[in-house]
Amino acid sequence: MSKNIKDNQGDVWEVFVQSKPGLPHKHAGSLHATDKEMALQNARDLYTRRNEGTCIWVVPLNAITSSMPEDSESFFDPSDDKAYRHPTHYIMPEGAKHI
Amino acid sequence: MEDAKKLEEFQAKIDAEIKIEPKDWMPEDYRKHLQRQISQHAHSEVIGMQPEGNWISRAPSLRAKVVLLAKIQDEAGHGQYLYSAAETLGKSRDEYIEELQSEKAKYSSIFNYPTLTWADMGAVGWLVDGAAIVNQVSLQRTSYGPYARAMVRICKEESFHQRQGYEIIAHMAQGTPEQKAMAQDALNRFWWPSIMMFGPHDSDSPNTGNATLWKIKRETNDELRQKFIDKTVGQAEIIGLTIPDPDLKWNEARGHYDFGKMDWDEFWNVVKGNGPCNKQRLEHHKKAHKEGKWVREAALTYAQKQKEKQMVA
Ligand SMILES: [Fe+2]
Ligand SMILES: [Fe+2]
Repeated sequence: MSKNIKDNQGDVWEVFVQSKPGLPHKHAGSLHATDKEMALQNARDLYTRRNEGTCIWVVPLNAITSSMPEDSESFFDPSDDKAYRHPTHYIMPEGAKHI
Repeated sequence: MEDAKKLEEFQAKIDAEIKIEPKDWMPEDYRKHLQRQISQHAHSEVIGMQPEGNWISRAPSLRAKVVLLAKIQDEAGHGQYLYSAAETLGKSRDEYIEELQSEKAKYSSIFNYPTLTWADMGAVGWLVDGAAIVNQVSLQRTSYGPYARAMVRICKEESFHQRQGYEIIAHMAQGTPEQKAMAQDALNRFWWPSIMMFGPHDSDSPNTGNATLWKIKRETNDELRQKFIDKTVGQAEIIGLTIPDPDLKWNEARGHYDFGKMDWDEFWNVVKGNGPCNKQRLEHHKKAHKEGKWVREAALTYAQKQKEKQMVA
């Protein structure tokens, strides 16, 4: 496991910030850091200088798996023909309320 | 053949205002244009800290000092956002920094002018950040997703930069005759370089290429410059300062200010490296980078040792 240490800026980390309790963490951007503590501190200094957050997640970029845009048509197509997953698919009796 | 179809789809997305994301197919020229533009923008944010950093230790009050520090810290952040956006285009941060230091990449020429008096901190925030904001507001709608998102964040933060600068220069313009003269002198020196920040006239702009077709650029250099001038004239008047352009005049028919000729010889001379501070700015960047080397190495070594410990445990 001995990797040659050359001069660089560390790995890329993706930063997710929760702006208020109760809200989901949202992608804010990325940064460089050599370990998770540094990533968290850099994220705080970079993305929450004006009280923008109540919680931060940092994730190494290489730990993220993404779907590929060129496959997105076939990847997402199982949901294309399932209109019955939407409430508007159903016909309610005339005059029915609160549903 | 394949590429022609991809190019057609790419253009259709651009025309439909759908943002391009890092993993999407893009023409090589689009990628290259963005690599150059975004990294140049990042370098400008970082080099731009130097003229203001010059005044931190000499700020006239504690309030002025904390404001200036916060402003400069924001600029460091802007550099980080922009390098991150540039890195999504497949070039590493180290490569971008190498390009800056070997003068393959440029940064905004405005930062090659010295900041001689405290009034310059006013002029820089008011005019230089002011001009940058006009450009950046427009770039919030640029077609590349990561660049557009960085711009949105930056614009939110910029709004205090211009106001703090204008406050400084307004304050000095209302001061003693010496202070007012200092404010006027700062305006005199920074006015023309500031309006040249938008770049050459559209008619002789070398880097435009497909930038408009691909919606990297949403407004032309001349349109943005006019916007900035129209906004700024009244701000100078209200604090009793005079913009150093005898040809500056409201044009009723155009609904804009007319203004005098810019000195493009000076502009290109500074771009080519012969401005008053080009050498100093780059040398300082190299020195700071070199002096930080042991810190980066220590951090990398520490991280690696922690990893090895975890493996053993
Ligand atoms: Fe900035
Ligand atoms: Fe700024």
